Amino acid sequence: MPVALHRIDDRLIHGQVVVGWGQPLGIEMIVLVDDNVASSDWEQDLYRMGVPPEMEIRFPDVPTAIRDYESYMRDPRHTIVVTGDIDTMRRLVAGTGAIREVNVGGLHHRAGRTQRMRYVFLTSDEEDQLRALAASCAKVTAQDVPTARPVPIEDVLARPVTEKAQ
Amino acid sequence: MTNSSGSAETEAPEAQQPRAIVAGHGSFATGLISAVQQISGRGDAFVAMSNQGLSGDDIETRLRAAATDHGVRVFFTDLPAGSATLAVRRIMRHEPDIVLVTGANLAALLEFVFHPDVPAADAARTAADKGRASMIVHGAG
Repeated sequence: MPVALHRIDDRLIHGQVVVGWGQPLGIEMIVLVDDNVASSDWEQDLYRMGVPPEMEIRFPDVPTAIRDYESYMRDPRHTIVVTGDIDTMRRLVAGTGAIREVNVGGLHHRAGRTQRMRYVFLTSDEEDQLRALAASCAKVTAQDVPTARPVPIEDVLARPVTEKAQ
Repeated sequence: MTNSSGSAETEAPEAQQPRAIVAGHGSFATGLISAVQQISGRGDAFVAMSNQGLSGDDIETRLRAAATDHGVRVFFTDLPAGSATLAVRRIMRHEPDIVLVTGANLAALLEFVFHPDVPAADAARTAADKGRASMIVHGAG
């Protein structure tokens, strides 16, 4: 079964992913692709304890995720693939050659980033990474929750930069 | 970050120092604390925090600062997989005396505020029991 969602979200596993998307999509497996988490048993335990027991969660690094991506596609369970940053997703898209849609779900404020949407803040490097990502797969949209309207990334990048209020 | 909200319908008891932080999605914390205030007049037992618009690092930083500023060692959060919960778990890695209650509800918070003389960590455990027991399904459906 094709992976139901490829999501970039700097919070990785949290309520929007497990419940917000997980419930309506009937998600039974989450693949968290992150090189740091893949090398930390403590981080894996942290995320594992947050997901319901019936939901499997895997913690591959990028090379492992690329190697195993076909198995995710063959798995009969509904699956979400999550990365914490654009570059990790870009490497995954390039390495698998099989990802056609990417969801930008949350890139929050931090130093050097400017606001494009309520939940999308980007550095200029990240803007370039998103353009490259959009050029390499069919569809990149920003959408935090399933009920929100997906916004094409070209429209996100065309928006005027706004100042972070807080 | 806010400290309680709403107004008591009865004469307000003597103000408490905050004893716990309530954190979660949207207006979860301020809403619950408002309800505690309306029922008991003791909403000032809590400090509210929303994760809205914040990165995981920022949530952790703010929760840690709130705990330090108020001398609080008890957290109530909403979802077990929520970003506030994960942030508190990260804090607990280096501060093992912290107590975290996930899945918090109004019954749990009310139980907590009515035991101001009990150590906060013990009151949190009792509150979790009360909150769990308050979830009841009525009807034959």
